[in-house]
Amino acid sequence: MDDTDTELTPLHPNHVKVTRIVAALFALPFVIGSIVLEVVDVLPFGVFVVPVFLLAAFLVIRVPLRRYHARGYDMGEDRLRVVRGILFRSDTVVPFGRIQHIDVNQGPLQRAYGIATLTVHTAGTHNASVHLPGLENSLAMDMREEIRAHIKRETL
Amino acid sequence: MTEAAENISLDDTAVSVAEPLRTHPMSLAVKAANSLQNALFPMAAVFFSQRDEPWAIYAALGIGLLVALMSAGFGYVAWRRLTYTVGEEDIRVESGVLSRAARSVPFERIQDVSLEQSLIPRLLGLVSVKFETGAGGGEDLALKFLSENEGERLREVIKARKDGVTHVSSPGEDSNEPVEAAPAEVIFAMGEKRLLIFGLFEFSLAVFAVIAGLFQYAETFATIEFLDPDRFTDWLTGTGGFLSGLGLVTQIASFLAGLLVFFVVGSITGLVRVLLRDWDFVLERTEQGFRRRRGMFTKTDVVMPIHRVQAIKVVTGFIRRRFGWHGLKFVSLAQDSGSASHDVAPFAQMAEIAPIAEIAGFAVDPEQGVEWQRGSRNYRIDSAIISIILLGLIACGVGTGLYFSGVANPLYAGLILSIGILLAMREMFLWRYDFNAIDGRHFFVKRGWLAPKLDVASRVKLQSVEIARGPLAQRRGYATLKLGLAGGNLDFEGLPVERARELREAILASIARTDFSELSR
Repeated sequence: MDDTDTELTPLHPNHVKVTRIVAALFALPFVIGSIVLEVVDVLPFGVFVVPVFLLAAFLVIRVPLRRYHARGYDMGEDRLRVVRGILFRSDTVVPFGRIQHIDVNQGPLQRAYGIATLTVHTAGTHNASVHLPGLENSLAMDMREEIRAHIKRETL
Repeated sequence: MTEAAENISLDDTAVSVAEPLRTHPMSLAVKAANSLQNALFPMAAVFFSQRDEPWAIYAALGIGLLVALMSAGFGYVAWRRLTYTVGEEDIRVESGVLSRAARSVPFERIQDVSLEQSLIPRLLGLVSVKFETGAGGGEDLALKFLSENEGERLREVIKARKDGVTHVSSPGEDSNEPVEAAPAEVIFAMGEKRLLIFGLFEFSLAVFAVIAGLFQYAETFATIEFLDPDRFTDWLTGTGGFLSGLGLVTQIASFLAGLLVFFVVGSITGLVRVLLRDWDFVLERTEQGFRRRRGMFTKTDVVMPIHRVQAIKVVTGFIRRRFGWHGLKFVSLAQDSGSASHDVAPFAQMAEIAPIAEIAGFAVDPEQGVEWQRGSRNYRIDSAIISIILLGLIACGVGTGLYFSGVANPLYAGLILSIGILLAMREMFLWRYDFNAIDGRHFFVKRGWLAPKLDVASRVKLQSVEIARGPLAQRRGYATLKLGLAGGNLDFEGLPVERARELREAILASIARTDFSELSR
């Protein structure tokens, strides 16, 4: 298996929206804080607002998109591959035969956008649970069924 | 696997026909004795803080009595209310005075049954029975205390039921397994002589820490200023000080004598610890797997089913290795007195270790024709450069600080830089001693120069494979291979990326051929 990202399945585009909203919620207090500091007029105009706005824009617009493009997965015959990370890339493969149980989770934001996180649990100490967010809800359910069917078949 | 111990409602007991049983009545005595130990500290505290009063000793004794009575009372009620039942499919324990708890552990989920005897229970012929399920956080079920016979009986019953259960669930299996009780075969034992040698290598300075701790403890209670630094400095260097009054020869002699005492005390501590822990060390091969018994005052008896061994570790020390001594440990989900891996042959020659590993299905050397491989050269250079840069930056900071504060010559910061250069040289050097190898069944990792550690994982018993690459690794073509191992960690940093992918492919191919549920057969 080579590392070319072409064979990876990208996540649902809504994943970008959800991560952007999360980033925006995170940046909001800092933006408000910078505006407050401007209003009280401690330092000349723009010392706080400009860098904070630029950084917030970067975090909200650019980073989620790059992270989205860095992420991907591949459902193989007998294994699930999950790739993520921009600076620190990690490429994890979990064989279906080693999956102990499977979760499909949806937060409120994810539900609004119809996506879900698939989590597979293994018995290993490292990678005890591998998360794959940003799947369309029905797809996550299907993947869960597929993995479960595979486990059952092998166990019988 | 982690949710093996689940609570089941009380009405659910229809299946079991067995009587609920209580633990041994004498366990109350053990608990009372243990609570006396707990009472000692408050007693001492009261005695020392009030020792000017004439009634101090009575107050201390009274507190001891009170604690003992209270714990005896609680202990009795708790004992009355705790019962265990060995059912058809599980063992249940019901307990609790005000709130009742019922726990059921299915036999299938019990990995090991271990018997442990510490000093007081041993005098009374009692044993603590622990059912290891691999559940995290010390959630294992333990019965304290049963009579020795009852402990043995319970272990046999559970082994028998468990085998029964596995046989029913897998009818396709042919029955030529050695079901009839094969006599236990001793595969490793340590006699007194071996223990003596082992003890000498286990040099330990723990005793000094204990003594220092005791002094401090005594100091807080009794205001004895043993460790008052001023007193020592006065004593050593003050006018007419002790040391300066002696000649140079005497000073050197006393220094050497101190070193000697240090060495002797350290050796004796190590020896005593080894003798206490590993006395009568016997490792047997029984039909259930490995059985290990050891201990002088606290005797432990642990059974490890062979198929539960996930990986093995061979460890050594830099002196004992010169004499060919190594230790063998098994990694499994079950815990061995707090540590994740079981000591199966703590002090043995490789010729003794290899057969034990083989019984567990592991090898200590790759097959013929498989070569040990090193990590990436780029990784070696990068990690050396990182050490230099890191300590170089610190040196710059310190140098600037010294320059402006004028405390000392800023060139002293060069010392820090030279440490960085030493660390870099160390990285460059140690790289030559980090190896990995893969053969048909196992993945091997060997690390270290003076005391190399060997980890061997079974390819089919791994759970997942991850290739992780940081920003440098992505540009310089190396990666860290992280393997999911039940009960332990196994990874290799700085592999050339092609090698990492090759290893991943090979390991995944073996994993995918065997389902998790087949691993236990």
